[in-house]
Amino acid sequence: MPAINVNPTRQELTRLKARLKTSVRGHKLLKDKRDELMKQFMDVVRENRALRKKVEEGLMRAHGAFTVASAVMSSEMLEQALLYPKQSVELDMTFQNVMSVNVPVYRFKTRSDAAGEVYPYGFATTSGELDDAVDALSSVFQDMLRLAEIEKTSQLLAEEIEKTRRRVNALEYVKIPQMEEAIQYITMKLDENERSATIRLMKVKDMLLAQAIEEKRQADARAIEAFGGGLGESSGQI
Amino acid sequence: MSSYRIAALGDRDSVLGFKALGLDVFPAETAEEARRTLHALAKENYAVIYLTEGYAAEMEGEIARYKDDLTPAIILIPGKDGSLGIGMANVKRAVERAVGADIL
Repeated sequence: MPAINVNPTRQELTRLKARLKTSVRGHKLLKDKRDELMKQFMDVVRENRALRKKVEEGLMRAHGAFTVASAVMSSEMLEQALLYPKQSVELDMTFQNVMSVNVPVYRFKTRSDAAGEVYPYGFATTSGELDDAVDALSSVFQDMLRLAEIEKTSQLLAEEIEKTRRRVNALEYVKIPQMEEAIQYITMKLDENERSATIRLMKVKDMLLAQAIEEKRQADARAIEAFGGGLGESSGQI
Repeated sequence: MSSYRIAALGDRDSVLGFKALGLDVFPAETAEEARRTLHALAKENYAVIYLTEGYAAEMEGEIARYKDDLTPAIILIPGKDGSLGIGMANVKRAVERAVGADIL
């Protein structure tokens, strides 16, 4: 018995066969999709790891520089110096389609392009250590943006791969075997019905034949009786 | 194409420097405050939120919630106390999620 209940009819069989064909095709396509996604994902993840290491190191350097700066300057002065930024960053986000997964592509705009414009303060009251700190931070910032892009991409790809993998497995190990079993069940059931129909016909034929022979025999017997009876009488007379 | 903004969220000393770069800085004193700010930011026009690892450790659920959405991208950065390895662990987890095992 198949796990799912199916009607063993020819119509159902045709329907199941068509479905099986679609499933096998879908399975193949999904498998290809998974493989390609995996390939892309591995590239992205490798870059992600390298970039993260780089960004973390850069940020640690920047934090170290800030600690030095805050040791030299009072915290009020430090805060005051950074309080009103000269730069402002805006982000343009477009999407790139990787195997039907939308991944973000960031492009950031700064209000002013000049490299020396990152210091939001006059140099008179601040220490050189703060300049170093801001410098270190701004040099790592490009990588930080790239990291944001690539880390989000890897998260989205990971989700899609997980989904695709589940679908592939569900088709491969559940759906397709189930359908094959149902098809086999129906085929066998139909064959069985056909055989039993043939047997029934043969049996009926036998019965009809037997009946016909019996009738013929009776008719013969009657004829013999009629003829033999007449013969017996006449012989008796002779 | 539309314009988005970038936020830096974390303890005061760790994120102050980002102000010089023109990011929107949101200092948070407690993890609870960070959590509230994160939700508020996610509703607004922020595409990238840099979050310090110190707070990230206490709000994993919130981060997971935005993981599968396009925006915002929550990117963990080490705070002033140094890297806690959570960011790297997340990369590792993404690999495990996709492949089923950590193959790197």
